[in-house]
Amino acid sequence: MANDRISEKRPWTFYALAILFGAFLLFLYGPMLVIYLLSFQGENGGVTFPMTGFSLVWFGEVFQKGQMADLPVSFGRSMALASLVCTLTVVISVAAGLAFRRRFPGSGVLFYLAVASLVMPSLLVGFGIGLGFQFLGLETSLFTSALGAQLTWTLPFGLFAMFAVVNRFNRAWEEAATDLGASAWQRLRYVTLPILAPGIFGVAMGAFTLSYDEYARTTLTIGAKNTLPLEIYALISSATSPTLFAVGTMTTAISFTAILVTLLILGRMNRRRNLVKA
Amino acid sequence: MDPRFDVELVSVTKRYGQTVAVDDISLRIPRGTYCCLLGPSGCGKTTTLRMIAGHEAISDGDILIHGENVSDLTPIKRGTAMMFQSYALFPHMNCLDNVAFSLKMRGVAKKERHAKAREFLDLVHMGNYAERLPAQLSGGQQQRIALARALINKPHVLLLDEPLSALDPFLRTKVREELKRLQRELGITFIHVTHSQDEAMALADLMVVMEAGHIRQAAHPRDIFERPVSPFIAKFIGSHNVLHVDQGPIAVRADRCRLGSAEEGPHVRGEVIAVEYQGAMVRVALKTERGDEVSALVPDQLFYRKQAEPGEAATLVWAEEDIHALAEA
Repeated sequence: MANDRISEKRPWTFYALAILFGAFLLFLYGPMLVIYLLSFQGENGGVTFPMTGFSLVWFGEVFQKGQMADLPVSFGRSMALASLVCTLTVVISVAAGLAFRRRFPGSGVLFYLAVASLVMPSLLVGFGIGLGFQFLGLETSLFTSALGAQLTWTLPFGLFAMFAVVNRFNRAWEEAATDLGASAWQRLRYVTLPILAPGIFGVAMGAFTLSYDEYARTTLTIGAKNTLPLEIYALISSATSPTLFAVGTMTTAISFTAILVTLLILGRMNRRRNLVKA
Repeated sequence: MDPRFDVELVSVTKRYGQTVAVDDISLRIPRGTYCCLLGPSGCGKTTTLRMIAGHEAISDGDILIHGENVSDLTPIKRGTAMMFQSYALFPHMNCLDNVAFSLKMRGVAKKERHAKAREFLDLVHMGNYAERLPAQLSGGQQQRIALARALINKPHVLLLDEPLSALDPFLRTKVREELKRLQRELGITFIHVTHSQDEAMALADLMVVMEAGHIRQAAHPRDIFERPVSPFIAKFIGSHNVLHVDQGPIAVRADRCRLGSAEEGPHVRGEVIAVEYQGAMVRVALKTERGDEVSALVPDQLFYRKQAEPGEAATLVWAEEDIHALAEA
């Protein structure tokens, strides 16, 4: 080895990888930045540069009667569905995550079924559910077929996330609780769930986000009334005005707020626990 | 009920499928005893402790506490309390709530249970740390909290699973003294699992040496040290040389051996393989012609009068009265 001395200077690979990472960030956020910028397009401007001025008129347009009138309503639907999906995912995957700490008859099969659900092409899952409903003579709708379709996606995700969460859980905590006279319910309520809380919260946020912008599985199972992503997609093919960009800017703002709130809450939870480790 | 014993094990067995972890052991622990379960890893000592605690079901046999058969009772109903190896303090509760936990489970009002918890924090000299979270405490402090939490229910028997293994050596000696003092003051039975002979010797009134799921010897540490029953015991508790003579295996304490010559009495010839300076004593290890490894603990003054070096031939000698015959292994 020629270059076997320790040096204070960073190797050239550091700079090469830094440039690569920079390019990645640009690729990721560049197009989105363009959309955010264009959503403030002047009144007479179009969907491309140059900007003819600066206005909030396109944001107002979203809430006007007309073409875009369904956006706020579909946003409401998306939120309602995402909340329900999130709740069910948390309840089921927390229970399953705790159960999977031990082997039980069929645990292997169940695990692989969950994996299969993740790798199955999402469009096909939606298609299958849609067909199934038709076959049974049921109407596809938001809280039946669409809910089920989304759960095929969020439940395995929730389960795997819980594996990681439960992995760091020390069984002795539960034994200590039992030793101190806690009933099974008290043990869950006062020891297991509070200790797992940050992880469970993460699962909830993940499930919510997955549901909120799910497209492929929902599109064939939603029935007559669209969720927000479906509504936007429908508009992209028909309307061409910066209003769509305004929608994008607003939904992104909502997502980022959600992420920020999550991080703040998680930060607080962790600070409470790990104070003074340093 | 039999007032003489705190804990009685009657033919207790634990099987996991085909493997037998604890094989038909019986033991009686008198009132207010500091009992140490000692043995190499995998000998069944922790399983035994967990069965007494009620965290592991018994495959066969019975466990009695204060004369009552508790084999099917939950831990709290047995009157036992356990201190876990990693202490298992609840990380999301401060010390006060950790200690008051079992009172809360019983529905004791907040004011009352906090007052009681403070009393027990004071008992372990942790009164000033009530508001701290476990992560803010050192290992030794966490252990005291765990101790207070276990004692608040006034258990008949306190079970300790390798309580000193997470502490540094200096602290270990200190905490050891404290545990013994506490046990004497409370007058209850402590059952303490350890793999360290030093720890068991220092603490125990009753030392129970286990191997392969069996109790090999149970007695006061001094009895075990002076009269080990088998080569295993003699080797395991250390400071013993196990030698094979025509009459069978014998044990001779290493501190009763010295380097000398064959004319002086019972002896064995060998080659010096190591010399360790240990302060007051020097340990000289020999390999005998038969292949046994033996050692002599020689007072430093004596050693430096006539030193030995690794590689030299030497003769280990001892007095006739120091020979202790062992049962065939």
